[in-house]
Amino acid sequence: MKKRVTWDFLMARYPAFFPLILLVLSIAINLFLQPNMLDRETLNSNMRVFLPLILLAVGQAIVLLGGGIDISVGGVVSIVNTILATRVGLDGSPEKMWQFVLISLLAGALAGAINGFFIAYLRLQPIITTYATSFLYAGLALFILPNPGGGIPADISNLYRTSTPLGLPLAFYVIAILLLIWVYVSSTRYGKYLFAVGGKAEAAYETAVPVTLVQFGIYVISGFMAALAGIAITMLSGSGNAEIGGQMTLNSITAVVIGGNAFSGGIGGVAGPIMGAVTLSLIQNIISFARINTWWETLVKATIIVVALAAPGVINLIRRRRA
Amino acid sequence: MKRFIISPPVAALILAIVLFLLSGFLPNSYGSDVKVAIAQATNIVRLAVFLGVIAAGQTLVIISGFEGIDLSAGSIVTLTAILTYVMVKGEDNMVLLALLVSLVAGAIIGLLNGAGITFLKISPFVMTLGMAGMVTGAIIVINHGNVSGKVAPIMTELIARPLVFGIPGAIIIWLIFGVLIWLLLERTTFGKNLFAIGVNRVTAKLSGVNVTGTNLATYSLAGALAGFGGFLVVGNTGVVLIQLGQPFLFPSIAAVAVGGTLLSGGKGSYWGTMAGAIVLTLITSLLTTMQMPDSVRRMVLGATLLILISIYGRQQALRQ
Repeated sequence: MKKRVTWDFLMARYPAFFPLILLVLSIAINLFLQPNMLDRETLNSNMRVFLPLILLAVGQAIVLLGGGIDISVGGVVSIVNTILATRVGLDGSPEKMWQFVLISLLAGALAGAINGFFIAYLRLQPIITTYATSFLYAGLALFILPNPGGGIPADISNLYRTSTPLGLPLAFYVIAILLLIWVYVSSTRYGKYLFAVGGKAEAAYETAVPVTLVQFGIYVISGFMAALAGIAITMLSGSGNAEIGGQMTLNSITAVVIGGNAFSGGIGGVAGPIMGAVTLSLIQNIISFARINTWWETLVKATIIVVALAAPGVINLIRRRRA
Repeated sequence: MKRFIISPPVAALILAIVLFLLSGFLPNSYGSDVKVAIAQATNIVRLAVFLGVIAAGQTLVIISGFEGIDLSAGSIVTLTAILTYVMVKGEDNMVLLALLVSLVAGAIIGLLNGAGITFLKISPFVMTLGMAGMVTGAIIVINHGNVSGKVAPIMTELIARPLVFGIPGAIIIWLIFGVLIWLLLERTTFGKNLFAIGVNRVTAKLSGVNVTGTNLATYSLAGALAGFGGFLVVGNTGVVLIQLGQPFLFPSIAAVAVGGTLLSGGKGSYWGTMAGAIVLTLITSLLTTMQMPDSVRRMVLGATLLILISIYGRQQALRQ
């Protein structure tokens, strides 16, 4: 018997289905306002700005899938930014840069491990724990670099800003690698455990899933992804600022939820959040291209986001009423 | 294993007292002067009132469970503070009307939050986060960055100055407020329903609780209480700015957690939140007196919070 592909089936089976519609819609509007958007130069200059949030959203997506939340990611981004800007310096050698990139990744994973230790092993509540550590990390970043300054060599920034292998933006390759890794991870035992823990930790525990280890792992991954985001944003800006990550945390959570993942965990993937992050960034672009009065910007942006979040629920309500 | 059973509100309060006594040893503190010590303690409690009132709504939505949280509280505070400031214009007879408008404005925003959460199934975190953006955006659109107004003398008199026996009016307001919230939580049907839906929505529904109604009422009430918080805050500061409410937002959640309310819902008290607000205000003001750089202050605050929640914010073990 042929299975009919219905709206409900698509919505339930593919959490990334609705985010895809939103993404296509926002690309269409953006294309209308900025006709040269798909040119190689413009596309690259957009994607290199979007990449840090995409990386952060992927880490956040893993945490939310596993039933947690990480509001310290912005602090980790700031730490990595300040480490690179102060230790490498504007006239540092490439070797020094890559050496500190490695150190930054370790620092990110360590920051995640601290979160994971308190949440998984001491069983503290994720939101308040990562809120506390966000102070710890943001304070540390400010301690490393009290005033904006420092930087990384211009050559390395340019490498990030202008490389377009085979005519495609660097970010596309990063996204492709992330998706490949995700496809692999979600088929492994850890991937299955992740969904089990996010769905219902107690039930997962009963069926011999190593809940504590899985919970610990998601925060390490999140810290690592935040460090990657920090490296990307440092290469983009070329300079250091301890407050650089502060605004990114809540955006990463919004991106993941727009991307169709359940806030309560256990449902979703990584492709949706990536689309969510791009959509969120495109909304910002649309607002600046639509020449909206500056006073109205905040309201319009927030309204679009709330409408995007509300849309699936509204559609369901209407459909249920008709049925 | 031996277990010490001290309820979180009591623990938080004891902690606050110990911290305060220890702070006497700090170089520029009260030292051995009892009068100064009392004045300083009173002032810290008075400052805690604002965080405490704003955290009241937060306590309710967190008890209601289902990842309940209100991230729009900060922007509601800013909104109603500005509304009060603009409406009152320094005249005493406008104060009651401004208070009413603050409560209603907060309640409407809360109701919209509740509607999005219950009917459109948006998770509270992002729904209230989006609402915070919309409210902030609306404030910017309406006042274009500048407001003219003035708080009324009676507000300063009641909120910022000593009222009876040298006790500031704000503290007396807070005590009455605390009793009212306690009555609401422990002595009304609404309170019972609130805890019931916080523990388990399905069983609550099966035992005849109006889950949707209770949820909507909770978010509306939380909005109204944040609105009241804004009214009080402007009475204390006497000036308004667009960032007035935001600094209260995450501390209000922290106050609830420190007070022993479970962030997963179903269990908690407003006394705990009150104690939590006092502890947090105390720590913040101690860190300010110690004249440390901003970076160290943030790190110490983070570490202290981590220690506080490690003591009694732990969830149940997986193995039971």
